[in-house]
Amino acid sequence: MGTITINGKKVEFTNEKNVLSIIRKAGIEVPTLCYQPELSVFGACRLCTVEDDRGRCFASCSEEPRDGMVIYTHTERLRKHRKLIIELLLAAHCRDCTTCDKHGKCTLQKLAYQHGINTVRFANHREEMPVDFSSPAVVRDPGKCILCGNCIRVCNEIQGVGVLGFAHRGTEAMVSPAFERKMSETNCVACGQCRVVCPTGALTIHHNMSEVWHALLDPDTRVIAQVAPAVRVAVGEAFGLPKGENAMGKIVAGLHRMGFDEVFDTTYTADLTIMEESKEFLDRVGKGEKLPLLTSCCPAWVKFVENEYPEFKKNISTCRSPQQMFSAILKEYYRDPAHSGGKKTFVVSIMPCTAKKMEAARPDAYTYGEKDTDIVLTTHELIRMFDAHGVNLETMPSEACDMPFGIGSGGGVIFGATGGVTEAVLRRLADGHDAATLKAIAASGVRGDQGIKEITVPYNGMDVNICVASGLANARKVLESVKSGEKQYHFIEVMACPGGCVMGGGQPTDGTRVQRAKTRTRGLYAADGEMVIKKSNENPLMDVFYNSYFKDKVHDLLHNHQD
Amino acid sequence: MLDESYYRKTDEIISRYIRDARSLIPIMQDIQAEYRYLPPELLSYVAKQIGITEAKAYSVATFYENFSFEAKGKYVIKVCDGTACHVRHSTPVLKALWKELGLSPKQHTTEDMMFTVETVSCLGACGLAPAMMVNDQVYPAMTPEKAVALIEELRRKG
Repeated sequence: MGTITINGKKVEFTNEKNVLSIIRKAGIEVPTLCYQPELSVFGACRLCTVEDDRGRCFASCSEEPRDGMVIYTHTERLRKHRKLIIELLLAAHCRDCTTCDKHGKCTLQKLAYQHGINTVRFANHREEMPVDFSSPAVVRDPGKCILCGNCIRVCNEIQGVGVLGFAHRGTEAMVSPAFERKMSETNCVACGQCRVVCPTGALTIHHNMSEVWHALLDPDTRVIAQVAPAVRVAVGEAFGLPKGENAMGKIVAGLHRMGFDEVFDTTYTADLTIMEESKEFLDRVGKGEKLPLLTSCCPAWVKFVENEYPEFKKNISTCRSPQQMFSAILKEYYRDPAHSGGKKTFVVSIMPCTAKKMEAARPDAYTYGEKDTDIVLTTHELIRMFDAHGVNLETMPSEACDMPFGIGSGGGVIFGATGGVTEAVLRRLADGHDAATLKAIAASGVRGDQGIKEITVPYNGMDVNICVASGLANARKVLESVKSGEKQYHFIEVMACPGGCVMGGGQPTDGTRVQRAKTRTRGLYAADGEMVIKKSNENPLMDVFYNSYFKDKVHDLLHNHQD
Repeated sequence: MLDESYYRKTDEIISRYIRDARSLIPIMQDIQAEYRYLPPELLSYVAKQIGITEAKAYSVATFYENFSFEAKGKYVIKVCDGTACHVRHSTPVLKALWKELGLSPKQHTTEDMMFTVETVSCLGACGLAPAMMVNDQVYPAMTPEKAVALIEELRRKG
């Protein structure tokens, strides 16, 4: 509690942990490269340095506020100081901005421009280092790394995986996996959160856009898109739509313009997931085995369990993720010459997620010997492709998804937020579908941005204990508490990215994390609000699925078989 | 893959300390004292045993010049190239050693695993410049001739 004077204006503070957050609260932008509010303070970049009334300079990110402080944020001295820091960073930085994936979104590039750096005075003596393309999810280019350590801290503190660390020292210091292994040789779960916090192009998404362009050009190929829930609330911003606005109709229209033959909504298979997973859950509860049931929608989480908690592998639901279910169904449907018209089928899955790229390449991502998902595009790549094709979502009219897989429920839509899968399961298991029932489920504690949520719901005379976690460090805590016997859950939902898929590693990264999470989550619940069908089991296509064409193939298409 | 005995020895070394991140350096030092280098497999093993990530352990191990992932020779020769030694001609000493042993800035250890030559930034013996160390023994006021003579003597000793 107290007041500090910033640039001659008094600003009150309450429980802010550092001077920087008070400066930003006051609406003043001080540049930072290594500061991420949700991570520990590192204090490496020194760009947030401010000056006090006695001329003392200090980094505002690591300074505790004291009542009566008088500081200045943009004095001539500080401007020079910041400019020099940026010049020195640029001195050891790859300058291929025009071909960089981070172009236009790079903090370093932006700061160089803002500080009027027109030439770089110093030669780059840094040894050229190879770019690591080995991971299907992220590309690591050490030549663009500024050693801010954001990736290391997010991987350790938020995800509890710890693939990356600093290696060597001095001018040879670099961010690297242990023993400078390639990313594909580490226990990386492909969540892409490192790429989300990277201020430069050192960690970027592994692109697959050219494969899609290629398929779109081939007249003998039917190119089909499925679009995940979280994409629709993150894509519009790049085109000037309000943050978090549901742009699904516009995405469908845009994809049609680009030449996609069919566009479907992954919420359809989110509904199938709910059908299958709740069946599996009741079955396991009845038999009292393999509990808690762990959700299987998030490939980064599944990989995490396989890597670090193999003893829980049997607890993972055998259900394929909505992406994999959908692709398997599509491939099966168009395998029939009556449906394919003699064309090849190419399934493009548009996801908020980098781990989905890894999932699509897993050995269990094949059905009847054929790869289910051909290519996974992230929201970021979708925006780039829209831009390249001249699709402006702002002025694009909305279109509906195609049939026969074009209907999803509200329960499927909210998969994109942490707690969404659980809420959809609860809707499925509830008797009624009136507003009061749905409201009670929404208020049961499944919603909200806490990393770990616990809910107990009565079902058929028993108390069902549910845990919802997001962020793998939180998931680790939950599994440890189950392992030690401290907690007994029946059902655990985990999304690897904090906040769920809306905050996935493939999503755009403009603005602050809190803002992104809030607007996108709100957008998803609003999209759910507009849906007539809220419960997965009431999706009219469920009946069609189970009782007609796919009748005998339910298990083959919707479940992973190795057990 | 290392022999099982390496892991047993490492277990014994770990048991001397608290199983905690802060024990990493003393454990690494003990392993290196045992094998004259830090086998990468053992670093990964230690990381797991004391509950830190492999990347963190690698970070610490590469930060300190003292740790080496490569097996070193029986005699580790540290030629001081600190300011005082440098101005009193440590470079010719180093070059004489390289020539005598067939080593280079890229290859530090002789193929017969007898000698490793490395430079250090300061041995803290500036008054004895140019100084060098063979294992734990300091050799003061070196010249290229003295260095070569010392190698011959060590070779005779085997």
